[in-house]
Amino acid sequence: MEKVIETRGLYKTFPRKGGSALTATHYCPGCEHGVLHKLIGEALADMELQDRTVVISPVGCAVFAYYYFDAGNVQVPHGRAAAVGTGISRTKNNAVVVAYQGDGDLASIGLNETLQAANRGEKIAVFFVNNTVYGMTGGQMAPTTLVGEKTETSPDGRDPLQTGYPLHMAELISQLQAPVYVARVSFSNMAKLKQARQAIRKALEIQRDGKGYAFVEVLMACPTNQKMNVEAATRFVAEQMEKEFPLGILRDRSADVRPLVRAESDYRKETLDRLLHLDTDRAPDAQLDRAAPTLQLKMAGFGGQGVLSMGVILARAACAAGKFTSWYPSYGPEQRGGTANCGVVISGQPVGTPMVTEADVLVAMNRPSLEKFAGEVKPGGWLLYAAEIGEFAAPAGVRTLAVPALDLAKEGGNPRAANVAMVGVLAGLDGFGLPDAAYREALAANFAGKAKIVAQNEAVFALAKRWGEAHRA
Amino acid sequence: MSEQAQPFELPYPAIDPLECKACGRCIAACPKKVIALGTKLNARGYVFAEYAGAGCIGCLNCFYVCPEPNAIAVHVKAKEAK
Amino acid sequence: MATQLVKGNTAVIVGALYAGCDSFFGYPITPASEILHEAAKLFPPAGRRMVQAESEEAAINMVYGAATTGRRAMTASSGPGISLKQEGVSYLSGAQLPAVIVDVMRAGPGLGNIGPEQGDYNQVVKGGGHGNYRTIVLAPASVQEMCDFTFKAFELASKWRMVVYVLADGVLGQMIEPLRFPETSVAPETDKSWAVDGTAATRPNVVTSIFLNFDQQEAFNHELQAKYAAVAAAEQASESYRMDDADVALVAYGISARIAQGAVDAARQEGFKVGLFRPQTLFPFPQDALNAFVARGGKQLICVEMSNGQMRDDVKLAIECRCPVHLVYRLGGNLVTRDEILAKIRATAQKA
Repeated sequence: MEKVIETRGLYKTFPRKGGSALTATHYCPGCEHGVLHKLIGEALADMELQDRTVVISPVGCAVFAYYYFDAGNVQVPHGRAAAVGTGISRTKNNAVVVAYQGDGDLASIGLNETLQAANRGEKIAVFFVNNTVYGMTGGQMAPTTLVGEKTETSPDGRDPLQTGYPLHMAELISQLQAPVYVARVSFSNMAKLKQARQAIRKALEIQRDGKGYAFVEVLMACPTNQKMNVEAATRFVAEQMEKEFPLGILRDRSADVRPLVRAESDYRKETLDRLLHLDTDRAPDAQLDRAAPTLQLKMAGFGGQGVLSMGVILARAACAAGKFTSWYPSYGPEQRGGTANCGVVISGQPVGTPMVTEADVLVAMNRPSLEKFAGEVKPGGWLLYAAEIGEFAAPAGVRTLAVPALDLAKEGGNPRAANVAMVGVLAGLDGFGLPDAAYREALAANFAGKAKIVAQNEAVFALAKRWGEAHRA
Repeated sequence: MSEQAQPFELPYPAIDPLECKACGRCIAACPKKVIALGTKLNARGYVFAEYAGAGCIGCLNCFYVCPEPNAIAVHVKAKEAK
Repeated sequence: MATQLVKGNTAVIVGALYAGCDSFFGYPITPASEILHEAAKLFPPAGRRMVQAESEEAAINMVYGAATTGRRAMTASSGPGISLKQEGVSYLSGAQLPAVIVDVMRAGPGLGNIGPEQGDYNQVVKGGGHGNYRTIVLAPASVQEMCDFTFKAFELASKWRMVVYVLADGVLGQMIEPLRFPETSVAPETDKSWAVDGTAATRPNVVTSIFLNFDQQEAFNHELQAKYAAVAAAEQASESYRMDDADVALVAYGISARIAQGAVDAARQEGFKVGLFRPQTLFPFPQDALNAFVARGGKQLICVEMSNGQMRDDVKLAIECRCPVHLVYRLGGNLVTRDEILAKIRATAQKA
């Protein structure tokens, strides 16, 4: 009986390649990309993984890996294989993701993606071809080029004073905690090739079992760009590269690692409604009322004085009352310690600009805000400011009121609720067409889940509202 | 593949003349030195490797070091297969 | 129907969840960061995936990977981040992968500042990456549209196998308004005819953007152009406000349009016959509706932008310069004011 040992896991012919030689690879004579392709293909076939596998073709000589691998294939931007692999693996838990990359792709332009995916422990088998030179673009220096090695961009040999030292990817990655398996192999003799074959299978077994990140660095030479025949190329790998890049298994945690299973998407509307609290937090749709006035309110103060949430409470009250409303803050670093302000518009029709430049109401919690915005209050509008600010020359025609908001807050039981006190005073002074219940609903919703604070704020609000009512005139 | 059904005694390497790029890796890897570059050009312009016709021990070295997926298949006796 | 008061950036994630988006990949940047925060909070409990990527490039390439599997995927950023993503957008377009990108624009160029601007128009609408590709661009002007257009973006992305942008600005991202929630949720089907998702059915497929043969590459490009022409015919969207009898139309999108609407009302009170034309799609530019205005005797257009006339170029092209096209604009994080628009109307229009 006869048995034929032949290539498996790769297509028999390569129609994606086009041209006349549809059964030959595009690789140069003697290039060992084909050897690695065969070993990966054989392992995928032996483990019956081809239906689960997505092979990522990089940019570089292996850009056309998808001509060959009989599996799902995707070609990706230069250096981004690990990021693309992350996207695939995260969305398809069962996929066996194989990233095939060269030294320019993985260790230079894609170094960040490489290390970060390794550090996250993504479920990817990375096969890293290190041949110390850019192949596809014509023999430029790579991050792994040996000291003294001549390339198109290191014509006198790599000078470490100018270009640093060869990057040791396997060692770098094995410094990280997450990777399951890290190995460096070569094909420089048959014993080493067999070890390489085992390492490749191990990396793919880890993917088969969904255990996490595996990295296999494969040392090769580039006969074309390094201008070597295969004997010289093999010697270069064995005598120079392996000295700089020692072979071996740097890490194998596969026996200790459990499969990592990602969640499945839940598309049900009920799930989303529940997640977004639509059962408890829902307002009526806004009702068109063209006769209702459009009110513009501005709140300003130091960051931390609660001016932004004061505005949100007012917008919530408007929303609860079926009004159209908008809230727009000053945003970014300025709200982390500096001054902050926000504008709230309340209307009976869809809100145009959410920016408040002519205010019906200004609430100023500190002097800089008061001075900055007092001029924006419309004639007949309200200007409320924290009483602690002290003397202030009010603009003519504006209803100005120093509000002891802090005292009201303290008296109500929550000294941090000066902003709530201001809302209460506003409700007492005018109400702005919003029913009392809307304010209370807004206060409850804004501090949802904090029953004690809600109760305190209710008290502050009630007290402040009475104060407001007393100062209507 | 070669048009002949079984040209040699088992085991033997079946080298497809068309697919060989004449890199010489199989020649270097053969422990019995029974593969060598021939004298003829194939259709793609390479002087392809040829099996001497006898002496193969079925070690598979030539298969594994050959970078061309379709250039070498090794025919072995079934019981010798891994 | 359920209404909630939410932030524009939050509304994006609401739209994405109900549209069946599987994965969010993003990198923090003001004023878009809340989109990332909300994804972090809401995606995992819905079984969806959220990864804070190491860079904008990584984020867009994670999108590329997720889109390859036929699942709905998105990212969000602001100008400096969008610049970095352009490589990925070109590849997504070359590979005809559906994806959604939300750009909450801030002031540039360079680091600029975090105030609102619309200076990303060219890099988003015209395509900022290499090659002859287009992306569909939706321009929301409210928190409601931040949600609705994100939802719609996923539908369009799947329908056309294209990148679809939701082009917002810092105001829309940061503001809070009542949002009527989507009434349905989508459970998207993977299109096994092109996706590569690690299953037997898609094993024969390849996702790639490379054709070495010049003629093949050209033929593929022609296919793309034909698709873009079909998109241009089918997907134009705009909204008109008081346009029926207008002599002068303001043209504005996003937050600028809402300010312009106020200017229309004020100008009408002064006796000017002014309307507002608001593109809701920027590619395709809603030129048919705009041309209808010119065809029925519309006299002039005033573009209102927070950019240096980037949109005005498209307005001129759309109407082939058949009437004057003026420009009112502010930059650097400043908003155009109603009074600036009014001043331009007074200077260029005649009272009825």
